[in-house]
Amino acid sequence: MRIVFEKRQSISRKAQVLVPVVSLLLSLVLGAILLALSKANPWETYVAMAKGAFGSWRNFSETLVKAIPLMLTGLGISIAFRMQFWNIGAEGQLVWGGVAAAGVALFWADRIPAGLLLPASLLAGIIAGGLWAGIPATLKAWIGVDETLTTLMLNYVAILYAEHLYYGPWRDPHGYGFPGTAQLPPAAWLPRLGNTRAHLGLLFAIIAAALLWFIFKRTRWGFELTIIGENKTAARYLGIDIGRNIVLALLLSGALSGLAGACEVTGVSHRLQQGLAIGYGYTAIIVAWMAQLDPIAILFVSILMAALMVGGDQVQMMMGLPAAVGLVLQGLILFPLLAGSLFTEYKLKIIRGREKATTGGQV
Amino acid sequence: MFAQLLHPDVIIGILATGVRLATPFLLAALGEMFAQRSGVYNLGVEGVMMMGAFSGFWVTLTTGSPWLGVLAALLIGAVMGLLMAFISVTLQAEQGISGIGLYMFGWGLAGFLFRLLVGYVTSVDGFHDIPLPGLSRIPVLGTVFFDHNWMVYFSYLLIPITWYILFKTTWGLKVRAVGVTPEAADTLGVSVARIRYTCVIIGSMLAGMAGAFLTLGHTNMYADNITAGRGFIAVALVYFGRWTPLGIAGGALLFSTVDALQLWIQVLGIDIPYEFPVMAPYVLTIIVLALVSGRIWQPAALGRPFDREG
Repeated sequence: MRIVFEKRQSISRKAQVLVPVVSLLLSLVLGAILLALSKANPWETYVAMAKGAFGSWRNFSETLVKAIPLMLTGLGISIAFRMQFWNIGAEGQLVWGGVAAAGVALFWADRIPAGLLLPASLLAGIIAGGLWAGIPATLKAWIGVDETLTTLMLNYVAILYAEHLYYGPWRDPHGYGFPGTAQLPPAAWLPRLGNTRAHLGLLFAIIAAALLWFIFKRTRWGFELTIIGENKTAARYLGIDIGRNIVLALLLSGALSGLAGACEVTGVSHRLQQGLAIGYGYTAIIVAWMAQLDPIAILFVSILMAALMVGGDQVQMMMGLPAAVGLVLQGLILFPLLAGSLFTEYKLKIIRGREKATTGGQV
Repeated sequence: MFAQLLHPDVIIGILATGVRLATPFLLAALGEMFAQRSGVYNLGVEGVMMMGAFSGFWVTLTTGSPWLGVLAALLIGAVMGLLMAFISVTLQAEQGISGIGLYMFGWGLAGFLFRLLVGYVTSVDGFHDIPLPGLSRIPVLGTVFFDHNWMVYFSYLLIPITWYILFKTTWGLKVRAVGVTPEAADTLGVSVARIRYTCVIIGSMLAGMAGAFLTLGHTNMYADNITAGRGFIAVALVYFGRWTPLGIAGGALLFSTVDALQLWIQVLGIDIPYEFPVMAPYVLTIIVLALVSGRIWQPAALGRPFDREG
């Protein structure tokens, strides 16, 4: 008896829904084993995490605060991933967005009319994030440099540069040595929703998701990007300029991550400080993959991943467990998810005896 | 203000630190070379290093034996390598993303376990330097090359050993064949899956050992972000070294010397913002990748899963 994979005629809808759900459950089971080994009650821990993330409006709004940057970076990453350009650099692009937004709000406040300060800061973040993503895109398009490594390295550079700014020249002179810039002028603050810390970035994310949905479903450019991802040879044969499209798509990809950083600075912290780069750009990779690059699904998966982050913080406060438990669970989700993509495109077939597979799947 | 760097003692210090700091790069990159030669792109080295660093540290802290610490790091590396191989070889998942998953998992788990099992900053009694008799007395060269702990010597011995294995043994020939034309290798009766599993696991064990070097042979303590991207740089070094041990060794020394230089700039308190020298290795990686890409040979099946027809 042997087990083989057979290519499906069309991508299985059922598997497309089932795989992310099973992946989440599997990671929770594996996480439960880990928790049990750490002498914590897995059920109580998960209940505490869920309560921490969704237990009240206040808690849910904190989950949204963390979901917003995940939505924006996740959407950004999904553009690049559609072309099979593995942009691991959302973290650095987000940091640059935050740096540029803070820079404009802090140092150009007297040159820009108060009413335009916030839009100018956000725009600066968008541009900075886009340009930062443009570096690996250009290197890939021109001379074929592997993008996974360049985008990763640029994360380190961006984070160190931001540190340099808020520890050094941009440090608040009246901050009692606290590493961070002065508070941004209130004119540059992003409006918040009610009396929570959740902010208008949520609206930006929803608009961006709708726009991306439109681009990929209804426009020629979206179709070109999809073809490049599916089959480079076909794209070349159809006369699609792959290099130009990589750069354009990555400018957009980085712009969304830059906007995420700009929103963090203008909407949440109101200054550039430690804690901007806490791994949103990496978690967003899981978000994009779990949502199978669907822009609308990315919004919901972001809330789920944000719940793991907030829940992790909660169990740290209430049960004394390290907050990193949320991070471990996130990492654990990705494996079954990756493995599961096999099941959306192939089906298992059990072959008994010497029977031959009818249509062998070439992978 | 850089005049201090030209003092002979400082130059010797930088070179000796550079030789020592090449160790984690050598271990991780020579290991990754096997994985990539067999066709698997394991981007998760950084996560494995992190777990190797923690497990080596923790086992040494609890048992008092750094040897058991290294053993633990090797075992953890093997388990994580098995996981990576299962996902990328058996389940044929996208390798770049699987690697990031392995990185996040290793990173998160190391931080989780450190807080759970240790929770405070402490140091361990790691490996001591073993000055090689005679050789270490040679002026200058002795200090630079022959006064280190055993892991440093071992990592340099790996250069000829891996070269011999890869280019002079039957198994090495199989590894190279599997990474270039898995279909042909399969026809000749070579098990593509077994070779790839073995290579990924060996590579991952060496990555775990590279992590253990950081906690047991270098700083003697564990801290968050102790690997600081060295695992990712090791992956880049494999490209830089064009999948050969000697090329990788050259790259490892180049990077470790830059690493040593930035450490010494901080130690000497030279008045430039510390972030810039720390940035240097990452920027150098990008420049190096740009310079070597496009015009180089690489294993043709790198990153491409293999499946026999049913």
